[in-house]
Amino acid sequence: MSGSISRRKFNLLALSSLAAPALIKARAFAAETITVLNWQGYGTDEEWALKAFAEKTGITVKHEYFNAESEMVTKVKTNPGAYDVVLVNSARVRQLGADYLSPIDPAKIPNNSSIPASLSMHPNFVINGKPYGNVWLWGMTGLAAREGKAKQGDSFALLADPAFTNRVAMNDDPIIAVGIGALMSGQDINAPKDLKLVGEKLKSMKKNIRLLWQSEDEWNKAFAADQFDLAIYWSGSATRSRRNFKLPVDFIVAKEGAIAWVDTLTIPTSSTKAEAAYKFINYMIDPDFYYEWATKVGAPASANPAAMAKLPADDLNKLIHKQEYLQQMQIMGTLSDETRQSFVDLWEETKAFYAK
Amino acid sequence: MPSEAAPAITSAPPAFAARGVAWTRRLTTGAMLLPAYGILTISVFLPLLVMAFFSVLKRSPFDPGPLSFTIDHYLVFVRRPYLIDVAWTSIQLGLWITGVCVAIGLPAALALAKATEGRSQKILFFLIILPFWSNGLVRIFSWTMVLRDGGILDYAYHLVLPSAAPLGLLYSFPAMVIGLVHAYLPYMILTCYLSISAIDNQLIEAAESLGARWPMTFLKIILPLAMPGIISGSVLIFVPVIGSFMEPRILGGKTGVTMGTVIEDQFTQAFNWPLGSAMSFAMLGFILLLFGVFGRALKQPATAAS
Repeated sequence: MSGSISRRKFNLLALSSLAAPALIKARAFAAETITVLNWQGYGTDEEWALKAFAEKTGITVKHEYFNAESEMVTKVKTNPGAYDVVLVNSARVRQLGADYLSPIDPAKIPNNSSIPASLSMHPNFVINGKPYGNVWLWGMTGLAAREGKAKQGDSFALLADPAFTNRVAMNDDPIIAVGIGALMSGQDINAPKDLKLVGEKLKSMKKNIRLLWQSEDEWNKAFAADQFDLAIYWSGSATRSRRNFKLPVDFIVAKEGAIAWVDTLTIPTSSTKAEAAYKFINYMIDPDFYYEWATKVGAPASANPAAMAKLPADDLNKLIHKQEYLQQMQIMGTLSDETRQSFVDLWEETKAFYAK
Repeated sequence: MPSEAAPAITSAPPAFAARGVAWTRRLTTGAMLLPAYGILTISVFLPLLVMAFFSVLKRSPFDPGPLSFTIDHYLVFVRRPYLIDVAWTSIQLGLWITGVCVAIGLPAALALAKATEGRSQKILFFLIILPFWSNGLVRIFSWTMVLRDGGILDYAYHLVLPSAAPLGLLYSFPAMVIGLVHAYLPYMILTCYLSISAIDNQLIEAAESLGARWPMTFLKIILPLAMPGIISGSVLIFVPVIGSFMEPRILGGKTGVTMGTVIEDQFTQAFNWPLGSAMSFAMLGFILLLFGVFGRALKQPATAAS
């Protein structure tokens, strides 16, 4: 089913060729099975939830994982028929487009009812008036500071403030970096008109930048080792760092805003089990499922206001992820190959400047 | 047949029999080489060929639509002049790592080859190979623990100089050098060991009996004869260091921008496989050119000595 053959799969393959007749027989009696393509440990593969879902609907859920969004895009494009539900960041929905994704029929997902239309029909994933993804989770990329070093509503200008000389950790991601530069210069994060100005804003941080991080784990380790005080960070990760690792970090929505992202669940055109896929998506957006996931395991913010309302009043996620932000903030959108390349080039050039 | 194989070469048997033996020999050699070269072909040359193909494509090979070709990607250094700085950083890194590895590895190899034997030699060898047994990423992350402010080195430093400023070693150029030397030093020790242990002890004794002092013996006898080992070790180290991206990323902080990281970003961030492939090949071409120029110059002393 997938492009790569793991050792386990190889053994299975060898075995199954021997046991094929028996397997075919067993298959005939098995209930419907759908395959989900997602990040590992990102909600859809919670064992308790899959058990409850199977009991409710008789549908078994299998998983395949990706480690990068680009990998997800490649998998969807090159393995037609392999997946029934795919997690696609709203910025990538257009990249797959109507060639690879089916339009979502809102009537088949009753749990969507409390999601405002401005979100469920966001231009990011609406093509010809139809949504091609079902909003599910969201978060922000913005400022994070060691407790007491900055406060809510501070400006991104702090990133270039001499008070933080050699104490800033920047996210090593061209889209985020350009987005921050765009917010600093009052531009559209998805289509900044003046890229040169964005570059100047980013380059002004040179003396402050200590490290460029790529993973949450890297961020946490360096923060815990007191290597920086101010950083660009992900809102969901900031909650985790605080709650799970007791790190004294505050997530700050700067006065210029933050970069919001929205993850959607989609159904590939090649899926033959759309009905089951709809049932699964409906279950994933269910406030009851979200409550369990968020309180017992830990989850990003839900795009479903009813689900967020269910959380206790002092829930850190709820405090940080105010629903109104989604209406105010710029959401990461689809970038054409040329724009993406221009962002990468600007960021590579900026990094080379930092290193000099 | 095998018993006849040996005399067949020395005692000039009839031509027909010799041809038969030669053929079975060739077949056996072929059969023994086939698996290795088969795997190499599949795992090295095929991907390289595919990459070479990608590098002249206009757009990502996964995009729908007809293929179109361009060599524009090969003009990376013209289109993106900042890459010259990045390439220079990578070369400096390569020179530093190779230099430090020679400075540490050559004496170690000398001591191993000429001053140890038996069990102690085995144990010392084992210690050199040991780093290879741990995962590269684990090694790098353990260096972050040692190098960071308040880490082991910084702590020791402040025991001696309590009021000094933090060392600030992590996220710097020296941090990359340390991490990469750790990763590649064994190559240098092993290649130097091989050429030094082949040096006839009588040559050294002859030099000493002719009145040469130790530095002179080292310069005139040992160093020239160890040169093949130093050169092959340097090639083994210099090439991967220039393309390294893990160590610079994790240990180098903002200074960790190398050709390796730029190429990696083309694949993982820009999703521009053609450009990434073209950059890799441009770098490969540059390295080959470098070896073409310096390889000849470096060969001189070695051949002169032998």
